[in-house]
Amino acid sequence: MVIGAGMAGMAATLFAAQQGLHVVQAGLTGEVIYASGVFDLLGVYPPKERRVRNDPWDALNELVTAEPHHPYARLAPDAIRTAMDTLTAYLAEIGLPYKGHRNRNTTLLTPVGTVKRTYRVPESMWAGSQALAAKAPCLIVDLVGLRGFSARQMVETLGSAWPDLRTATIDVPGTSVHGPKYPEHVARMLEVEADRERFAAAIATHVNGAAYVGLPAVLGIYQTSEILADLEKHLNARVFEIPTMPPAITGLRLKEAFERHLPVLGVEAHYHHRVFDARPLPGGGFKLQMGKSEPEHSVLADRVLLATGRFIGKGLTPKRDGIHEALFNLPVHQPKHRDEWYAGTFLAPQGHAVSRAGIETDSQFQPVDAVGRVVHERLYAAGSILAHQDWMRTKSGVGLAVASAWGAVKAIAKQVATSS
Amino acid sequence: MKKNLETQVLVIGGGATGTGLVRDLALRGVRCLLVEKQDINAGASGANHGLLHSGARYIASDPASAKECREESDLIKRLAPHCVETTGGLFVAVAGDDETYIADFTDRCIQCGIHTQAVEIKDALDMEPVLSPETIAVYSVPDACVDPFKLSLDNLADAQAHGTAALRNTRIVRFEKSSEHIELVHLENHRTGERFAIKAEVIVNATGAWAGNVAAMAGAKINTLCSQGSLIITQNRLCHRVINRLRKATDGDILVPGGTVSIFGTTSVRIDDPEKKRPTVAEIDAMLPDGIAMVPKLADTRFIRAYAGVRPLVQSTLTADDRAVSRGFALIDHSEDGISNFMTITGGKLTTYRLMAEKTADRVCAHLGVGEACQTRTTPLPATNAGKWTEAGLTPKMWFQKKDPSDLLLCECEMVPTSVVDNISANIQEQGDQPSLRELGQRSRVGKGPCQGAFCSLRMTAHLYNEGLLRADQGLDELRDFLNERWRGVRPILWGQAVSQAELQEALHCGLYGLELSE
Ligand SMILES: Cc1cc2nc3c(=O)[nH]c(=O)nc-3n(C[C@H](O)[C@H](O)[C@H](O)COP(=O)(O)OP(=O)(O)OC[C@H]3O[C@@H](n4cnc5c(N)ncnc54)[C@H](O)[C@@H]3O)c2cc1C
Repeated sequence: MVIGAGMAGMAATLFAAQQGLHVVQAGLTGEVIYASGVFDLLGVYPPKERRVRNDPWDALNELVTAEPHHPYARLAPDAIRTAMDTLTAYLAEIGLPYKGHRNRNTTLLTPVGTVKRTYRVPESMWAGSQALAAKAPCLIVDLVGLRGFSARQMVETLGSAWPDLRTATIDVPGTSVHGPKYPEHVARMLEVEADRERFAAAIATHVNGAAYVGLPAVLGIYQTSEILADLEKHLNARVFEIPTMPPAITGLRLKEAFERHLPVLGVEAHYHHRVFDARPLPGGGFKLQMGKSEPEHSVLADRVLLATGRFIGKGLTPKRDGIHEALFNLPVHQPKHRDEWYAGTFLAPQGHAVSRAGIETDSQFQPVDAVGRVVHERLYAAGSILAHQDWMRTKSGVGLAVASAWGAVKAIAKQVATSS
Repeated sequence: MKKNLETQVLVIGGGATGTGLVRDLALRGVRCLLVEKQDINAGASGANHGLLHSGARYIASDPASAKECREESDLIKRLAPHCVETTGGLFVAVAGDDETYIADFTDRCIQCGIHTQAVEIKDALDMEPVLSPETIAVYSVPDACVDPFKLSLDNLADAQAHGTAALRNTRIVRFEKSSEHIELVHLENHRTGERFAIKAEVIVNATGAWAGNVAAMAGAKINTLCSQGSLIITQNRLCHRVINRLRKATDGDILVPGGTVSIFGTTSVRIDDPEKKRPTVAEIDAMLPDGIAMVPKLADTRFIRAYAGVRPLVQSTLTADDRAVSRGFALIDHSEDGISNFMTITGGKLTTYRLMAEKTADRVCAHLGVGEACQTRTTPLPATNAGKWTEAGLTPKMWFQKKDPSDLLLCECEMVPTSVVDNISANIQEQGDQPSLRELGQRSRVGKGPCQGAFCSLRMTAHLYNEGLLRADQGLDELRDFLNERWRGVRPILWGQAVSQAELQEALHCGLYGLELSE
């Protein structure tokens, strides 16, 4: 049983199904709408020194030496690489190809004009890093009504280092009212070929020899590759997407792809279901109560992989008296007092102590208590709920989720094999 | 800015007192210049409880203040009704509270002329269902809520309409004195770095908690203490009326409604420098149990922000309890210190700002030989555009009435549309300044909703770039400044759902945008 439908839960379900395990998965996928869709492995280390890393493997080496309790330190670099490759290979198969360099991080433009390092980007964002690297003639297009995405902002912020950057603003054709535009709405529209052509025509008049055209991430939800190819043909330029602020569709694409394809692998999926109660059984397994808004039915599971996330995911409950784990009441590694959770400045480079709170595990990703004893013989944990990591500051969210899911599934498979 | 300006009166400090004073003087025909080192209401006037005191809180500790509050709150309700919500107030005792204090309450109110009435517990629970089932006594009083931003901005606007000039972001560098007289006041605009000097017949120090520092710069000495008070804002309004704890005034005993929210407080912590104020986890953890005893719902309410203000307590003798030091105001004429044209007005309350301004203006006019009488006691305060947008719920109302879908909402929590932001930035530009995210936030409800500015800050930045109001990478600095500033108020109330909000904000602004990676 996998609890959680964030990146760690999805990856764990995939890996377990590929191992031939029978998987039931439950979890809310709502929070995925916050995902940027890019796969970070390790972009900054150490965060305190604000060191931006081009080579994530070098950085990983330093990290596991300096932080032996970090979840990455529980895995060999090769295993991490295989985990990422396995995931992206699967995504390519189901129509969501990812791109990146073999050993290097790539760059990504953000709407505030900063440049981010990340490991793998959706194919639809790939041309952006090439345009940026070459400082090639490039047009950035924004849409009337799409708030928080200003081409002018990006050009003002990046323009001094990239003189061939230009802007254009277009009205989304076919939408008559001048109300707000949402990425999902535009994306669904672009799935229709005729609308896509009108959209391309509106941009075409501004291209004027630009080799690259950057757009907010709105290029469809299901047929992004086709839409991208179509636009490139119409515009005679390389086209790329730039992530938008929430609500974005980059996460939605992943969610939809997983939800449609994981069941094909034999996964029994209960998306939009929460697990309300989890009880260990005397025989060693667990009884779980789940449902949409209240417990509706129960599942018996031999083993549980907890991938319920942190605070947004509701895996951890932050109360005034301390942080609690929501389902099993597992011991949570955390600062002594609430006063120490957060630094005085939001953007303090070292980050916040609360981000490193979470569930401690052994090398098999099994939750342990304060003295290092395994809490339940058949319980595992993966993803951001794990302690001793700060994915937001080290830019390692997806990498950590996927790598720990890989490690936990391997350990489960081993336990299953030895017990039968 | 021209060098060496001249004015009749220079007022230092743009809080309720300073802005009230320039209006009082302007209506008497006196030419004034107001200088404020930051922004209007950057001090205690922008960081208080917003309670227009009936006076009942002070009946035991300071009956003279109680009477002043009663008179002044009556006047403000009549003369500036657009700044006031006449909610009424309750004093509420719960099981375990001091019985003698309860028994003496009515008599003490009567002695101060404050109208009060006993309320049946059953009726009180109907009126305010959030009250504790352990409530043992309830009295009603004529408390009300006041919007301090509107009040100060309208006072200043009316003063400006009567010839007053005002300079923000301008601080005192030094006083140039002859033997008995301040000849020139040297000032600096810390945004532009520009320096200049002002010649004034009279100089008034209305800098609240900073009064001691400013007086010292002029070579005068006053003993002021700084007492920090912290408050927390609930996401939703919990009560119709002001709810006070019926006991000797102490920490954590008032819940004040304000528009769509309620504000709970306060604390009293000695600090040595008003610049060091910031609400702490310890203060909030210490006062919440008191509030929960009176209004149990405070235990599981979502809070959206904390803030702290600094009370200047004019000190006669050192005492252990800052509440025992008078909250009545002090008007000090420094001619006793050998400076003939310098005075300080400090202490007091928001509720008594007008009286403080009147008394100070009387003294100033005596000095100038101006015979005009005070008009603020009788002339209503005109409502202006400048203070209009801070009222919670006003922008949604207007936005719905307008029904113009192309007027996009930049802040969805508080429903602040583009047109309002444009209006405010035009206003700031008219004053000769560049609108910053922080100032737009101060003058509107932007960033004050549950998202804490995580999203609206991005929409506003993008909009300001589109309007040409931000250039190069200024937007990154603006964002950093805005987010760090908001953080001060969010950090102490981070538990429960607010933690998820903070995580989302960090995932976006740090995880994705990497805003922390450069300064
Ligand atoms: C926590 C708290 C809660 C309160 N609640 C209430 C309440 O509910 N009801 C009520 O009636 N009263 C309340 N008060 C009291 C009330 O807020 C203050 O008495 C009132 O706001 C003081 O106004 P002021 O203009 O004198 O001072 P301030 O508002 O502090 O103004 C002083 C100004 O001077 C400026 N300044 C300082 N130094 C310089 C310089 N060198 N050059 C130029 N400018 C300078 C500052 O930036 C500031 O804007 C509360 C106070 C606190 C702290």
